[in-house]
Amino acid sequence: MERRKVLGLAGASAAGVAAAGAGALALARHDQQPATATTSEADAAGAIPFYGERQAGIVTAAQDRLHFCAFDVITDDKAALVDMLQNWTAAGARMTQGLDAGTFGAVGGSLEAPPDDTGEALGLPASGLTLTIGFGPTLFRDVRGKDRFGIAARRPAALADLPKFPRDTLEDAISGGDIGVQACAHDPQVAVHAIRNLARLGMGIVSVRWSQLGFGRTSSTSRSQATPRNLFGFKDGTRNLKSEDTGLLDEHLWVQPGDGPDWMTGGSYLVTRKIRMLVETWDRSPLAEQQMIIGRDKGEGAPLTGKLEHDEPDFAAQDGEGEPVIAVDSHLRLAHPDQNGGARLLRRGYNFVDGSDGLGRLNAGLFFMAYQRNAHKQFVPVQNSLAKQDTLNEYIRHVSSGLFACPPGMLAADDYWGRALFA
Amino acid sequence: MHTRLLTAGAAATAAALLLTACGDKADDKAGDAASGKITVAASDTECKVERTASSAGTVTFAISNKGSKINEFYIYAAGDRIMGEIENIAPGLSRELIVELPAGAYETACKPGMIGKGIRNAFQVSGSAAPLTEDAKLAQASKDYQRYVKSQTTALIEQTTAFVTAVKGGDIEKAKALFPIARTYWERIEPVAESFGDLDPKIDARDGDLEPGVEWTGFHKIEKDLWVTKDVSKDGKIADQLLTDVQTIVTKAESVTFSPVELANGAKGLLDEVATGKITGEEDRYSHTDLWDFAANIEGSQGAIQALRPALEERDPALVKTLDENFAKVEAALEKHRAGDGWKLHNTLTQADLKELSDDINALAEPISKVAAIVAKK
Repeated sequence: MERRKVLGLAGASAAGVAAAGAGALALARHDQQPATATTSEADAAGAIPFYGERQAGIVTAAQDRLHFCAFDVITDDKAALVDMLQNWTAAGARMTQGLDAGTFGAVGGSLEAPPDDTGEALGLPASGLTLTIGFGPTLFRDVRGKDRFGIAARRPAALADLPKFPRDTLEDAISGGDIGVQACAHDPQVAVHAIRNLARLGMGIVSVRWSQLGFGRTSSTSRSQATPRNLFGFKDGTRNLKSEDTGLLDEHLWVQPGDGPDWMTGGSYLVTRKIRMLVETWDRSPLAEQQMIIGRDKGEGAPLTGKLEHDEPDFAAQDGEGEPVIAVDSHLRLAHPDQNGGARLLRRGYNFVDGSDGLGRLNAGLFFMAYQRNAHKQFVPVQNSLAKQDTLNEYIRHVSSGLFACPPGMLAADDYWGRALFA
Repeated sequence: MHTRLLTAGAAATAAALLLTACGDKADDKAGDAASGKITVAASDTECKVERTASSAGTVTFAISNKGSKINEFYIYAAGDRIMGEIENIAPGLSRELIVELPAGAYETACKPGMIGKGIRNAFQVSGSAAPLTEDAKLAQASKDYQRYVKSQTTALIEQTTAFVTAVKGGDIEKAKALFPIARTYWERIEPVAESFGDLDPKIDARDGDLEPGVEWTGFHKIEKDLWVTKDVSKDGKIADQLLTDVQTIVTKAESVTFSPVELANGAKGLLDEVATGKITGEEDRYSHTDLWDFAANIEGSQGAIQALRPALEERDPALVKTLDENFAKVEAALEKHRAGDGWKLHNTLTQADLKELSDDINALAEPISKVAAIVAKK
């Protein structure tokens, strides 16, 4: 009980910070406190409602921690898969509210039976846990082209495989997946607990293909949150879509009626990219070069033509020698909506460090996640222009890629993940 | 809100749960909590059961549907066996379910919209349960498994004798051929062997398993000499010791009876052996004959489950079906790697082959882990 009180106080101070001065740089670090109290969705113990018109975990104020898991479906039995999705939904409804995965719990069941919850979250509050599910292209037709579950005709055109981008160095073993589950929480133990229990419930039906931990959010999805920094030390996702931008969300984030099959209306498409950052070489580059590559200054995060983070960049501005102040191959210019037909994304990425690489370097980077109405019209053009020209490419490698169709939310307990798709 | 932590922490003691539940509703505090009606407040997204425990006997649930969808209420025993149900509770209506519940662990479920798994909660019923030995089918299970063990131990002695003879005669090729065969009978009943403490390491320890100063003996020491040093001329004493140890285990194994719960745990233990030692190839790291052990572990697990089968059929027929299907899947996956009378070597399998086997073992081990609690229950 004591730790929940602590959490409540921390949350309250974060709310106070947000109210005191939006955009005040000096206060940005306080935003690392749990964002629980800054979002009206969460109750006092940090539980975010599981049911709702949209899946939680998309416009929900980005939590501090991530465990993402991609699963392969290893059965051809549709009934077994649907049964598992029902079990997952029931467990998800429980775990997001701070309950054990099963009804008897980690210590409440028979002594002869393995517990129906793995136990590592005992005593921990809900911690803002959200579970967001998406279906990958291979669920509809597997790699051999087989329509295992009779749903190939329901595959949205927008779920076509992503094209190969220049400089991609993708590893198949950590890319793709039939089902993706994003678990976000303020406590990494709570996020891992959720994925672990879903994986366990799925034994024989699904198999973990790859999974990724993220330790620090790199995006804000609400104006109440300050823009955090990626491992290059720069603010990341200043221009992110925010939960408050309701009009823009319909235009850029949520699948609209008529966009594709009805089961996806109100949902969103998730692109995941594991981007290894070669931080050691980056750290040796001069500040001016770093700022030139990004197109923003490192301290404030302002465009090189402005003073404050949210100032509009002036792409026409030239320096004394007639060169553009914001370089033509800078990250800011290439990723900007104005350069990409207005394409906007809701980014929800996390920093990662997966140990070291055996060559004395941190295996570090950004696990990029972005939600959007249609990845082929939003992520794809942006990534194409970045991959071709971005000077940042010298310091990054895209090693994993995923695309998942995330359906709308569920309104009541008779619904389950994938019901409209498999009906 | 407080029940969240309490269900996790205090479910072991029914008394604590009763207190917790009563705290929510002042009216029921003074009354006879154990025999009174248990109210269930159902909505489209919640199922609030007033108490999560009761005494054995007649239990009455009063369900009120406060949601917008037609609701149902169920009480399930293990394996989703329905102990009682109320269907078609229209929005705004209340209904009662009266059900006779012996002691045990149950689940309650509201099903708004009448489909899906429902919103479930644990429900513990306490009282006296009859001892397990009264169940004739379970008593028979122990006897049947004893017969199975005997059929394996006879062959184990024969094959170990042949293996030991080849080693002592310096016939390396013959000893190599007999090594995985002798181990097959060993691996099928390994949980039995493991129950006799220090004999198991003397027979089956791997290099590095032992404390410093303890001599390495048994199958794997000879395995290393057969495949790596290619010299068994000094292994005569170790070979004799192996046979003596195996004979001792066999004598002991034939004289004990295993309880149904021990059988169930043995069946699971054999799959854990596969999942940890055989999939990775660390068991037979010199000969790479791990798939022989793999197949034997599966067969041994099946032997234990077969003995329990009549009791399981009665208690959880759906689980029996799941186990049958998953045993068949593992066998089919393994069959792909057959080579002649035996199996391919572990180091010739691809990562994808091993992943498939691993997935199938997990698929089988998860339902098998549920067997013990089912045979432990009256």
